[in-house]
Amino acid sequence: MSALRPSEPRVPSGATPPQMAFRVSIVAMIALAMFGVVLFRLWFLQVLTGEQYVQQANANRIRSIPIPAPRGEILDRDGQPIVTSEETNAVQIVPSALPARPRARASLYVRLGHLLHMEPRHIKELVARGRVDVPYAPVTIKTDAGRGALTVLAERQNEYPGVEQRPVSIRSYPYGSMAAQVIGHVGQVSPGELKMKGFSGVPQGSIVGQEGLEYYYDSYLRGKSGVERVQVNAEGYPVASALHPIQPTAGYNVLTTLDLGLEQEGERALKEGIANARAAGKPATAGAFVALDPRNGQVLAMGSSPSYNPNRFVGPMTEREYHALEGSGGAIGPLTNLATEGAYPTGSTFKPITAMAALEAGVITPDEDLGGGSCITAGAEQFCNSGHTDYGALPLVQALTVSSDTYFFEVGERANSYGNVVQNMAHKLGVGEPTGIDLPSEFAGVVPDARWRARQDQLELACRRRRHVPSCGIVSEVRPWSVGDNMHLAVGQGDLLTDPLQMAVAYSTLANSYEKDGDGEVVVPHLGLAIEEPNGGLVQALPTPHGRKVHLNPADLSLVMEGIHGATTQPGGTSTDVWTGWNQSAFPVYGKTGTAQHENKEDQSWYMCYVGSRSRPIVIAVTVEQGGFGAETAAPIARLIASEWFKQPLKFVVGSSKTL
Amino acid sequence: MSTLSPIALPESAPAPRTGPRRLPLDPVLTATVIALGICSVLTLRSATSNLVPGDPGYYTNRQALYLGAGLVLMLIISRIDYAHLRRLRNAIYALLMASILAVLAVGHYSSLGAQRSIQLPFFSFQGSEIGKDLLIVALAASIVDNARSLGARETTARVLLAALVPAVFVVAQPDLGSGMVYMFIAAMLLFVAGTPWRRLAAITALVIACIAIVLAGAPAAGVHVLKPYQEQRLTAFLDPSSHSESSYQLRESEIAVGSGGRTGRANPTQIKLNFVPEDNTDFIFAAVGENWGFAGAALVLLLYALLLWRTMRILLMSKDLFGSLIAAGVAAMLMFQVFVNVGMVVGIMPITGVTLPLMSYGGSSVIAVMVAVGLLQSIYVRSRAAYPLGDRVLR
Repeated sequence: MSALRPSEPRVPSGATPPQMAFRVSIVAMIALAMFGVVLFRLWFLQVLTGEQYVQQANANRIRSIPIPAPRGEILDRDGQPIVTSEETNAVQIVPSALPARPRARASLYVRLGHLLHMEPRHIKELVARGRVDVPYAPVTIKTDAGRGALTVLAERQNEYPGVEQRPVSIRSYPYGSMAAQVIGHVGQVSPGELKMKGFSGVPQGSIVGQEGLEYYYDSYLRGKSGVERVQVNAEGYPVASALHPIQPTAGYNVLTTLDLGLEQEGERALKEGIANARAAGKPATAGAFVALDPRNGQVLAMGSSPSYNPNRFVGPMTEREYHALEGSGGAIGPLTNLATEGAYPTGSTFKPITAMAALEAGVITPDEDLGGGSCITAGAEQFCNSGHTDYGALPLVQALTVSSDTYFFEVGERANSYGNVVQNMAHKLGVGEPTGIDLPSEFAGVVPDARWRARQDQLELACRRRRHVPSCGIVSEVRPWSVGDNMHLAVGQGDLLTDPLQMAVAYSTLANSYEKDGDGEVVVPHLGLAIEEPNGGLVQALPTPHGRKVHLNPADLSLVMEGIHGATTQPGGTSTDVWTGWNQSAFPVYGKTGTAQHENKEDQSWYMCYVGSRSRPIVIAVTVEQGGFGAETAAPIARLIASEWFKQPLKFVVGSSKTL
Repeated sequence: MSTLSPIALPESAPAPRTGPRRLPLDPVLTATVIALGICSVLTLRSATSNLVPGDPGYYTNRQALYLGAGLVLMLIISRIDYAHLRRLRNAIYALLMASILAVLAVGHYSSLGAQRSIQLPFFSFQGSEIGKDLLIVALAASIVDNARSLGARETTARVLLAALVPAVFVVAQPDLGSGMVYMFIAAMLLFVAGTPWRRLAAITALVIACIAIVLAGAPAAGVHVLKPYQEQRLTAFLDPSSHSESSYQLRESEIAVGSGGRTGRANPTQIKLNFVPEDNTDFIFAAVGENWGFAGAALVLLLYALLLWRTMRILLMSKDLFGSLIAAGVAAMLMFQVFVNVGMVVGIMPITGVTLPLMSYGGSSVIAVMVAVGLLQSIYVRSRAAYPLGDRVLR
């Protein structure tokens, strides 16, 4: 017991044992030190580096999510929509709102997969991919879920955490596989494309055109995506805020030269022709057609079979499905536009070019009778007519009408000593060079000559040396250009490779030269006509591309045209029977059958024609792989297309001519 | 041992002990507690207005209710002579164990990783919080009983064991933070009561060894004493760049505090948008930092300094050892919770899940602190009454 102190302090610490007071003061000092440390840390965080944390806090909460712009429509020449954009409710997943536990998430995927008829694994993949593509944005799982599934999702929202519905604009191809390769399809922009100049300003994850017109005119069609600036909370959920979104600008419509009715009939006719050929025992594996306005190169219709449904690219697609479309191994898949990318010999449809060349170069005179007998012998090789028919020695016009091979073999044999007359004419008319069509890709073509042959031999030898193999297959045998090569070229065989579009351009050149006294133009085939506002206002008319001007001797040209007109009208003409009952006086047909031969394969059926008309002339090219003779498969298809164009009764008339 | 009653005052007493004109409470302590309560409600108002859809006042109203109830409880307890509690020490210890075991037995988890609680009509009862008060009183009583043999090894061991048993059950709830508070309280009581330095050094060495084994040794050997998330929380602050959820918490908390600047953000988004998890309970100091910046955070720290100062002052002015030890226990509880919590928010301490006294939302925590403050008030009142004696009474 201690005594009272004389002056009492306010705090009677004297009552406490000194040892305790000492220990408490230690505690107090530690507390003081701790306060100092915490205050210093606060000073450091808030006063010294606060600015930096303010920025981090802002970056934390504002997310920019692109708002996709509705894509412009693709219209036919009369403004009828061929491709549209549809508003639909897409099922989307907000990754941040998914259940945190892996098991709960897996179970959600299973239930969702069951509801949407999708593989749970597929959903998981899509979410993973979407997270990388556009962070924080919802991932679209399905755009065509159907009303039933959407209703279930809406009613049982709490059973599907993180699953949302959102109206999106998706691409719609109401005509399905019609002209699919021409129109193309859409898909998510690829990392490679993002680096390309044409895609500058396109946010990652955007849907852009991937093939065909969708690709070529993408910069007009895609519009400008908007930006939704959302304030999100820590879970990535958007919260109400007053940040104004930048609205997207809808893409422009592209008015094309295509004629919807003609396109539909062309597709139907090609199908019918292929079905017919198959009924006759031919494989008829593939085919293509092109219809051009020979005056200006407008593509009125274009199609390729087999085709695909571009709507399949709108939703997510598995890798295997894609590879099936693309074609693998040696096979060409439905994505290939055979009208512009097929690489074919043309058979006898090439003969008017040979005839024009020989006449202009003076290799032959029109009245000279050539090609008697059923075969021509050059060197050790026999060159025969199909079925060893003997047409007798004929002048040019008749030779074209009946498609005498021996006549043109002889022309080819003679022309060889004149140099590249046939080749030059082919190039002059537009064969063997890119046409310049407004599509992402086309086949350049090959018109073989001595130099080309030498170059191929060289490549083959170099390849054999490099790879130490007996043959690289660039050419079947290493040998110089021979007269036989020129003879094969004269009838559209041998090493000639072109496609229906180039042939249509060549026939258009013949046709427009014929109509203008020999002053023609190698038209540039094109599909784009104008760019229009979504409401129809004109943004920009796409000018008709100017083709190369050519001059053909009018006298020679009229003989060639007379020959191929005879082929559709005269007795013995190769496609006269196909055009039975056609109003030739109103719509004169200048047509040529072709039957291209391939090793170990059924013949390829070809038909080229120009149908004259003051107001709406048309050049039609049709080919069917392994479809047999030109007159039996391709020509009837061409007649159907012409019938549709001129509003004539649609008749499928199979020709009987067995000429090449 | 003296039998002198503290109530029996000599004639020279300067003032009546229960006179109505005399403020019967420590005014600074009371004001500090009320100020902290106001800070809590203000902070919660901005941090939680959008947590419960359609009811922006959910958290603030409830917290105000808890604080009000706590103040009433404090007033009542301040009227009770804490000395009576010494006789009830066994009952108190039994109550401590009962409340902890009850929560462990019938309590349930409210959310993932959270501790268990018993759902009562107005708040979820967390036995571990009120248990801190009970433990303080029980341990203080036990030490007073053995005041003569403080140097004995058994006394030290008994006190530590008395704290360790409930601590283990609390950690099992799982409430690691409260378990640590229990042990810290026991250590502080032993320290303040005068346990020999050598003994204290041995205990410290033992604690360090235990921490090393639990956090490093045992996991390496494949034995996990703590749950993985607990281990991760404890070590996250050492490696802020790791991508664990705990580092995320710490990083977001730092951003919130840092973005407050000198005087706070006009539009505090970090907290409002929930970037800081648990921003209404364990991480409420982050909300203080973002809302009111350095000025606000410093003010709150100042209030805690005041609180601690008053607690230690009461410790020293207590008329008996029991009161001193209770005050020491309360000081330990407050110190540990304030420094560990604030340290966690500013990124210099591990995440342990202790609440910030009176600031954090939660009935159990608020009531527990208010009860502790009530005890301090009781000690204050009795010591003021006994003061004229100028005598320290050991009973």
